Amino acid sequence: MWEYSEKVQELFFDPKNAKAVEDANAVGDVGSISCGDALRLTLKVNPQTEVIEDAGFQTFGCGSAIASSSALTEIIKGKTLDEALKVTNQDIADYLDGLPPEKMHCSVMGQEALQAAVANYRGEEWKDDHEEGALVCKCFAVDAVLIENTVRANNLTSVEQVTHYTKAGGSCAACHEGIEDIIAKVQAEAPTAADAPEVTPAAPVAAAAPRGMTLVQRVQTILTVFDEVRPQLKNDGGDIELIEVQDEKIFVKLDGACGGCQMAGATLGWIQQRLVEKLGEFVRLIPVNSPEQAVSRRV
Amino acid sequence: MSVATIKPQSIYLDNNATTRVDPEVLNTMLPYFTELFGNPSSMHSFASGVGRAVAQAREQLRLLLGAAYDTEVIFTSCGTESDSTAILSAIKANPDRNEIITTVVEHPAVLALCDQLEKDGYTVHKLGVDSKGRLDLEQYASLLSPRVAVVSVMWANNETGTLFPVETMAKMARDAGVLFHTDAVQAVGKVPIDLKHSCIDMLSLSGHKLHAPKGIGVLYLRRGTRFRPLLRGGHQERGRRAGTENCAAIVGLGKAAELAMAHLTEENTRVKALRDHLEAGLLAAIPHAFVTGDPDNRLPNTANIAFEYVEGEAILMLLNRAGIAASSGSACTSGSLEPSHVMRAMDIPYTAAHGSIRFSLSRDNTKADIERVIEVMPGIIAKLREMSPYWKDGAPVEDPEQAFAPVYA
Repeated sequence: MWEYSEKVQELFFDPKNAKAVEDANAVGDVGSISCGDALRLTLKVNPQTEVIEDAGFQTFGCGSAIASSSALTEIIKGKTLDEALKVTNQDIADYLDGLPPEKMHCSVMGQEALQAAVANYRGEEWKDDHEEGALVCKCFAVDAVLIENTVRANNLTSVEQVTHYTKAGGSCAACHEGIEDIIAKVQAEAPTAADAPEVTPAAPVAAAAPRGMTLVQRVQTILTVFDEVRPQLKNDGGDIELIEVQDEKIFVKLDGACGGCQMAGATLGWIQQRLVEKLGEFVRLIPVNSPEQAVSRRV
Repeated sequence: MSVATIKPQSIYLDNNATTRVDPEVLNTMLPYFTELFGNPSSMHSFASGVGRAVAQAREQLRLLLGAAYDTEVIFTSCGTESDSTAILSAIKANPDRNEIITTVVEHPAVLALCDQLEKDGYTVHKLGVDSKGRLDLEQYASLLSPRVAVVSVMWANNETGTLFPVETMAKMARDAGVLFHTDAVQAVGKVPIDLKHSCIDMLSLSGHKLHAPKGIGVLYLRRGTRFRPLLRGGHQERGRRAGTENCAAIVGLGKAAELAMAHLTEENTRVKALRDHLEAGLLAAIPHAFVTGDPDNRLPNTANIAFEYVEGEAILMLLNRAGIAASSGSACTSGSLEPSHVMRAMDIPYTAAHGSIRFSLSRDNTKADIERVIEVMPGIIAKLREMSPYWKDGAPVEDPEQAFAPVYA
């Protein structure tokens, strides 16, 4: 059974704005056929001020789809259309005190319904470019479609590379077989290297969008994690030192008994996992011997 | 969910998922966690009683299955292990055969294994079903050949309860010289089984579907069937399934088998009548709902009803709040994004497939349980339909698929 927050349950059992708004002048119909969720959002927009005076939803869907729809209507009421368009699916999820990773698409559906309704009001055609697949990586909520597209676009050949680009597989590793299957599938359909067009690798996701934190906040968080693990390292006669931070790469120096220890890999994995949890993004812990080495690893 | 949140008046109608351990079964098991803890392989008095108890359980299983010999009963850890052992054994024992016949509506324990074997180079034929979930035996006959290593067909479908004619199909396989395995996890204890007068070579069952604990299963292996073990190691189960016996669970399963035999008639009379009453009551009170599967040929305890224009998980959440436990073929309850493969195979429209609810009863259920469901269900469906874009003023919108045609991702 899903672990729904109190807020999700509250808005499911007692939803607000579950209605078709009378004399609505903006309607957005969206759905996800694979999941069988569908949502009609109706808005009453003041033509002078563009303020959303009333919002209602009708949803065919699961508990979190209904709660997400209700949350959306609560968030956007009283906002102007331009203000409302700034609402992201993360805002909807946050309003609900979070959603299970498999259910994040419910919040995406809410955001899309809003975009569709605004397009409808402005007489534009709304086209959805968002494709969904089965969830592969549950730690970072990455689905099969995203992985497949990334593998194809960048000619990726290993799980490690997929993790680098999409974060998928970067934490518990349970999905590595599934990622390998996707790589094999793309490789099987790929034309031979000779006639393949030259592909410029896209910027890794993690590098492009470190979420939310400034560099200083990230470094502080990293140092806090190091302080937490240091007593255990010292017990084994070792230590860890931060050398450099470049996007998702964190260069460190392992001192004393840690350096060259056969367990260094496992130790790094353990610290990396804690960092991933604290930073809320995928990072890679890379051991180096000196600051020069970190710089030379810059691409 | 913590124990504290399960209300005392809760009504459990999810017995195809798992069943409550019968108190008699539990009492039979308890000594094997305490004073009778010996390893049945050991040569001392701590062990001798345990060995005898395991032998007795094997005999109780033989009786339930109508098997000719108790040595045809191999204890495993679960239904999935039994399925894997049977299919992998058949292909290993027949290295010159590279085809497998199964159906599109099998449990993932068989389907996922067959998908993997397909990647490994085997040809897997999946028999389709019609709108009532029935197989085409002519198609089946045309696929039987000396290239087929094994046929694996479920006895009863876990979602709809629809029964497959496995005894006929096993006979057809035998005549073609092909091994036949059936996943009977849902059927054992609910329909009479007489393996010694059948052509079934292998059969899987799972303890927790018949009031024994989780973590115990059986593979029936007809004497003389070529076999290769999945787990090799010690001599347990005559070398056919290595690993120290789960003695307490085996003894519990033996007791559960004895109780299942004793209750088989009740299952097909009182429980069946409750199921029929539930179904009739719901269909009378709720418009735009229909039974899925084959109503004329199915398990006595299972009702699968599709409620159109609403979604299953939302129904389950409202039922749960009313203290009623059931399950759904909706995508959202599994996290797979796909609606049930059984519903899709039967070509149920997705606006109905997502609203399919399975009520699966057991001998623990009472008339009062059923009356309560019939009382609360209409309100739940009405509440959700009020919110559905396919519904307006107490009826589906005219031409629902046209009137609400969202942009799909």
